[in-house]
Amino acid sequence: MSSALSLAHEPVTGIRHGKLGMWIFLASEVMFFSGFFTAFIILRNSNLAVFAHGAAELNWPLAAVNTVNLIVSSLTMAMAILSLEHANKSRFQLYLGITFLCGLIFLIIKYFEYTAKFSHGIYPGTSSFFGLYFTMTGFHAMHVFAGMIPIGWILAKSFTKRGYHDWERVEILGLYWHFVDLVWIFLFPVLYLIF
Amino acid sequence: MSAASTYAEHADTLTHDAHSHVGHHSVSFIRKYIFSTDHKTIAKQFLTSSLFFLLVGGAFALFIRWQLAYPGEPIPIVGKWLPETFVSNGAVQPGFYTQLVTMHATIMIFFVIIPLATGAFANFCIPLMIGTDDMAMPTVNMISFWLVPVAGLTVMSGFFVEGGAAASGWTSYPPLSASGTGHMLWVIGIFLVGFSSILGGMNYLATVLNKRAKGMRMFDLPLTVWALFITSILQVLGTPVLASAAALLFVDQVFHAGIFIPENLLTPTGGLYPSGAHVGAGGGGQPVLFQHLFWFYSHPAVYIMILPVMGVVSDVLATFARKAIFGYKAMVFAIMAIAFLGFVVWGHHMFLSGMSPLLGTTFMLSTIVIAVPSSIKVFNWLGTIWKGNIHFTTPSLNALGFIATFVVGGLSGVFMAIGPIDVYIHDTYFIVAHIHYVLFGGALFGIFAGLYYWYPKMFGKMYNETLGKFHFALTFITFNLCFFPMHMIGVGGHMRRIHDPYVYEFLKPFQPINQFITVFAILMGLAQLLLVFNFLWSLKYGRPAPRNPWRANTLEWAAPAHPGHGNFDRDITVYRAPYEYASPESKRDYLPQWIRPPYIEKEKTVSVS
Repeated sequence: MSSALSLAHEPVTGIRHGKLGMWIFLASEVMFFSGFFTAFIILRNSNLAVFAHGAAELNWPLAAVNTVNLIVSSLTMAMAILSLEHANKSRFQLYLGITFLCGLIFLIIKYFEYTAKFSHGIYPGTSSFFGLYFTMTGFHAMHVFAGMIPIGWILAKSFTKRGYHDWERVEILGLYWHFVDLVWIFLFPVLYLIF
Repeated sequence: MSAASTYAEHADTLTHDAHSHVGHHSVSFIRKYIFSTDHKTIAKQFLTSSLFFLLVGGAFALFIRWQLAYPGEPIPIVGKWLPETFVSNGAVQPGFYTQLVTMHATIMIFFVIIPLATGAFANFCIPLMIGTDDMAMPTVNMISFWLVPVAGLTVMSGFFVEGGAAASGWTSYPPLSASGTGHMLWVIGIFLVGFSSILGGMNYLATVLNKRAKGMRMFDLPLTVWALFITSILQVLGTPVLASAAALLFVDQVFHAGIFIPENLLTPTGGLYPSGAHVGAGGGGQPVLFQHLFWFYSHPAVYIMILPVMGVVSDVLATFARKAIFGYKAMVFAIMAIAFLGFVVWGHHMFLSGMSPLLGTTFMLSTIVIAVPSSIKVFNWLGTIWKGNIHFTTPSLNALGFIATFVVGGLSGVFMAIGPIDVYIHDTYFIVAHIHYVLFGGALFGIFAGLYYWYPKMFGKMYNETLGKFHFALTFITFNLCFFPMHMIGVGGHMRRIHDPYVYEFLKPFQPINQFITVFAILMGLAQLLLVFNFLWSLKYGRPAPRNPWRANTLEWAAPAHPGHGNFDRDITVYRAPYEYASPESKRDYLPQWIRPPYIEKEKTVSVS
């Protein structure tokens, strides 16, 4: 009798559970980063000189490279989803591989940025600007890293005999990846370009 | 089809199949009881951890009460067991007292009421009440629970580090909270429990939107589910702001960055930190910024704690008054209005923070407006029981207790919403009385109502009604005798969070009142043993529960008496709204959501019990 039950029917909204959950989670993430941006706006207005001085110390060309890098990764992520939807395995592996690589390059560049700051004696405690800089970029980098784990896992799985075919799941991952990209699009001008 | 109608005829007499679980599949002990993904097990885990923390938080409250009633005297029984860093000669030390105040509130809010109201009830009720097998994302659900004990133990471990646990109040305002290991542990724990809250809320929203039974529209949802749905929106959008505030506070604690710590406290000499500590070179922080971010979450958090309970009370009252809920849609829109307004009133906690009086006025107005949807709810509850056929069972008594205490707490809330009055009663025992009328009298009575109401479905056994009524009566009486006098001493100027109030001459006359309060606080604590006993005793010796012991209409009562994994043993289709009590369509006084309309014709020949 139990096998005949159809309680677990199609989603009422027509949107897969995971996808709906991801959109809700991203709404939550927007609020999370909004808290940081709010703090940034308030503190910048009361410490204009400190913030201008801090922003001038940042290496904006490196960050610009990273911006392009993340935008490319978003593009390849979208193309990976499309390739998997069309069951084009090799293209999928290529594009998802590039996405993973871009994430890795982003973190490596971030590592050099951080260590350059540390070698100049600049730490999160240096000023309220750097406190916010390290918190905001640090949380963003953690998000990049968190996205690379499932990307790497799916990539590895696609090389196994059974392969990986659930393109909708990759699409959900793509939503997250685009969001992380979008956060950086906000972080880059706010932290690096406003003097 | 025929099986369905035969089942329906026996809907309330079926007592069998307590363990004939749907879809037997063997799972290991660990997967079944510890890392379970079944929403009912997770609900019970939330319930267990919350009841444990309730006892811990309650014990802290009694230590506080003892100190206020008999300052400097050793705590009875446990005093001599506590280490010398906490007590001197068995009496609470000032530092330990502030830690107790902080941890009592932290535990009760983050680890008792929120996990009970959302974790336990949302997990148990949502899938059953919308007629589905489980949550939308069961694994996320499991993670959401396991973060709670980890977070709770992190916060509590502060007692074992140098300097003790967090001691800046549950609001954890910097600069007071910006140093010390205990505060760091507090921040980490709150971050984790916040993450649990977000994951839970996201799951509840996806479940309600995506997994409703066939034929169930949003306006067929019971009010419990509606309330939990709106609460989840608050969790998802509010909690992350607390998380970002906590993250920034952590940066201040570890690196002394000067995000929330003002400039004059960052200097090495005479500042917050011992000389030699690395301090910010430029840019002072804004302590009030933390207060804004904190209350942006923590005011909605008040509604996270009370809205689910309002939903539970609505369901319990309709069932036991045998009447449709009065103004169902008005109730739904009132929940929405409270949730929306909840996001724009946070400043009323900060009238004394140095905020612009003009801004304070807008917060004052938006706060007073909340009284409107709250009153709609109270009037509709009264409308529901008006001329109803009220059954005074333990759940309905607790629900009525909720209304009574919520009205008192709500009215004292209007006092505090008025800026000029708040200036006087801010940080006095008046606000302690208010918060306990809303959160203990309100939320906890509603939680008790829900706990007794769904106990048969949760454990397949009936609780002991007599003990339940005794528990309610004792709790209700001792609660009012304990917390009502706090209004008076609060207006008399008794400040909150004070180790020994009697250093002030004008507070000395309040000592007898404090002793009176303490006596009833202890009795109230003892009364909870009845709940614990009833809970555990009925698990083993309780009468087996029928499927639908309350003859209620909502879908959870269509499930077997003690539902197994997968919940239902039949397909569920919803044919009508959830509160069809005393419907002219039916000869019985209730008409469940899942009964097919042709059943009505058949029913005329069926003898009604």
